[in-house]
Amino acid sequence: MNGLSAHARHEIDRWLKKFPPNQKRSAVLAALTEVQHENDGYLTVPLLDAVAEYLEMPAIAVYEVASFYSMLETEPVGRHSISVCTNISCMLRGADDILAHIERRLGIHVGESTPDGRVLLKREEECLAACCGAPMMMVDHVYHENLTGEKVDRILEKLK
Amino acid sequence: MCLVEVEKAPKPLPACATPVMEGMKVKTRSKLAVEAQKSVMEFLLINHPLDCPICDQGGECELQDLAMGFGRDVSRYQENKRVVKDKNIGPLVQTDMTRCIHCTRCVRFGEEIAGVRELGATGRGEFMEIGTFIEKSMTSELSGNVIDLCPVGALTSKPFRYSARTWEMSQHQGIAPHDGIGSNVHFHVKDGRVMRVVPADNETINEVWLSDRDRYSYEGMYSEDRLTTPMLRENGEWREVDWQTAFAFVRGRLGPSGGPVGAAIGGLISPTASTEELYLFQKLLRSLGSHNVDHRLQQMDFSDQDVAPLFPWLGLPIADLEQLDSALIIGGHPRKEQPLLNHRLRKAALRGGKVMFVNPVRWEMNFPAGPSILSSSDLVRDSAGVLRALLQLRGGDAGLEALLRGVEAGEVHRRIAERVVKAGRGAVLLGNLADVSPHASTLRFLAGTIASLSGAAFGYLGAAANSSGAWLAGAVPHRLTGGQSAGTGGLHAQAMLEAKLAAYLLFNVEPDADCSNAPLARAALETARCVIAMTPYRNALLEKHAHVLLPIALYAENEGTFINVEGRAQNFAAAVTPPGEARAGWKVLRMIGDSLGLDGFHFDSLADVEREFQQARAGVEPANLNRWRRPDRLVQSGSDLQRVTHVPMNAADPMVRRARALQQTPDVADDAVRINGVTAKRLGLDGTGSVMAEQNGANLRLPLAIDERVADGVALIHGGHPGLAALGPWFGEISLRRA
Repeated sequence: MNGLSAHARHEIDRWLKKFPPNQKRSAVLAALTEVQHENDGYLTVPLLDAVAEYLEMPAIAVYEVASFYSMLETEPVGRHSISVCTNISCMLRGADDILAHIERRLGIHVGESTPDGRVLLKREEECLAACCGAPMMMVDHVYHENLTGEKVDRILEKLK
Repeated sequence: MCLVEVEKAPKPLPACATPVMEGMKVKTRSKLAVEAQKSVMEFLLINHPLDCPICDQGGECELQDLAMGFGRDVSRYQENKRVVKDKNIGPLVQTDMTRCIHCTRCVRFGEEIAGVRELGATGRGEFMEIGTFIEKSMTSELSGNVIDLCPVGALTSKPFRYSARTWEMSQHQGIAPHDGIGSNVHFHVKDGRVMRVVPADNETINEVWLSDRDRYSYEGMYSEDRLTTPMLRENGEWREVDWQTAFAFVRGRLGPSGGPVGAAIGGLISPTASTEELYLFQKLLRSLGSHNVDHRLQQMDFSDQDVAPLFPWLGLPIADLEQLDSALIIGGHPRKEQPLLNHRLRKAALRGGKVMFVNPVRWEMNFPAGPSILSSSDLVRDSAGVLRALLQLRGGDAGLEALLRGVEAGEVHRRIAERVVKAGRGAVLLGNLADVSPHASTLRFLAGTIASLSGAAFGYLGAAANSSGAWLAGAVPHRLTGGQSAGTGGLHAQAMLEAKLAAYLLFNVEPDADCSNAPLARAALETARCVIAMTPYRNALLEKHAHVLLPIALYAENEGTFINVEGRAQNFAAAVTPPGEARAGWKVLRMIGDSLGLDGFHFDSLADVEREFQQARAGVEPANLNRWRRPDRLVQSGSDLQRVTHVPMNAADPMVRRARALQQTPDVADDAVRINGVTAKRLGLDGTGSVMAEQNGANLRLPLAIDERVADGVALIHGGHPGLAALGPWFGEISLRRA
């Protein structure tokens, strides 16, 4: 069989049941999310090809999807993903300082991963719809609001 | 650019995507519409580079035209323009992706026409790019068409790049010479040289498309080994001579004084020659008293030639292929061999028709194929199986029981037979492989019988540009021009070589690559007292064994007629002059006839030849009468391993073998032996390195490739590769052992 794990195939099959049998490609986003999750947070060309084969899509159509969505990574990145909102509400509440603080603590710039492969500081997110708790950031799909330097440090320390 | 104002609509609407409705009032030139059109233009130009002066598309650019019509004369855009890295997508299509305006026509082409999605739009917004994402060459045999589709200079022709401006070239009509379709082309000529070839619209033949082979083969005209002067071999040395000397030499060898006469002379001519050349060639041979003339260089089974139709044709017009409900293809790979017939078959398949194959190789198709059989090398058993299933369906045995004894119809045979019978419009088509098979006559009988019992059309996909013209012109030993019987006739191509005649005339034949039995051809030429080769190219084998080489024109340098696989005659005139002393083939043949003092060679122009030929073929209509000779019994597959030879798309004739860019594509001949894993295991081969191949006593060390598309017991080898000439005929027993 191709390079997908049994669990990934099982998960994709679960999604496939929700769509008509001749429209397997509908499951591509769910499939890529699952496969990325299993592969330390990023997708490789062999994995994309495997998904294409499994869903009977042209490989290029899967590449298009993978490169379109910002939550899908096509290069090796850190295991944990941090996105800091810098849109207007967060900006007014000091998001730029929070971001600068994180960059200083991790020693990397936005868009980079730490050399030890621990953390990815994703490109600046636009509004994540948590303005009431500004400034905020998202770490591995979890929202953290009302950030301060100390709070950020505590969150970063927990990332292994 | 198509925004228009529609009354009562709050904003401009795209004309190309707005359905027409009753009472709708559309203004195309109102202030609102023109403003909107200008704004779209401004957006299109924001990221488009101003490199028209060095862009190959300049002068034939849709964006340039639109900018002339709708653009402002100053740009308000002050920011940086985006730059996109160019991609290498193969030897044929050059990319300049900064120029791309994201119309995605090339992406649609891949999905809708080529049937292989290779290009896509990756990234998004400002970062969206058209490309293949991973470094990858386009593999479609129609890939060059994206150049014509691209409205800007993002996708242009790689071999043509930077060689001419569009307004410097003149355009000439032509006919593509590499398959029996006869695609219409335009030559673009500058300074007497063909700079590029593009399709000319002809809805009934090639529509608006062109195969890559027909688009890029012109490079072969400018190969370094073109023969530009007549040459004589004396005492083993070749020397350049003028035409008079060359003709005098021919007269000395073939003239009335002492040369070989009549049946001691044989003539082999390429089926890519023009009809007039084929006509004059056979007339020359027959005037010399010999019926030994043939264009079927690759055919191995001639046993049923007396009941052959006037010329083997498609059986239906090309355009009707797309209306078929079922097509059964026996021994053929139309995707690569007749790309634009395959395009029609693809349309039939997408309409719901079933295109089914009986082949010894499971070639990749660009559409979902119907039920198909991976058959043994001879294809006979499985074709007979379909016939058996057909008889079971309709009852009765049509007197075939004795022949079909022992033939079983399996599940797939039955499904194929059902489709063939139930189809409203069906066709049974024989491909190139069936044509050259040593069991061709049996396959013709079986396929013809399947067709006539099921009411399907019966046809041939057609091997070469002018196979039809060759039959009509009489370039066969048993028939004269227009199909009249030639009495006792002469020797066919293979018999001519076996007979080791005293003299051979060759016309655009490279025996080591074009003949299916190269060792036989080599032996015959070696012992001949006189070999006269009319050839556009120098060739090692010809230089070794020929006595005189006469340079002839190729393709765009030539004038004449091709008759395509549906029987349509298409004339073409010369777009450029031949190099050096080379002359149009019909002129050379006329002069040979004249200098030998033969009657009937005084032609002033090609039109005279054409007129004489037309008189001889007056009133003949294409018909594939199914009068095939019934074989006494069906072949039993012989040894463990049978050689099957497939000629890759870009190895089909001397010109395309010399087209530089095409030779860098994957569709070229290599010297590997391809067998599947099971066969390799049975033969004790581990699938790596090279093997010793033995055929007919000849040994050759060849690379081994494991290819699971190949049927069990088949060794697939490429044809059209001079390096394999020593091995043996294209079909037959072969043995492989560890090298």
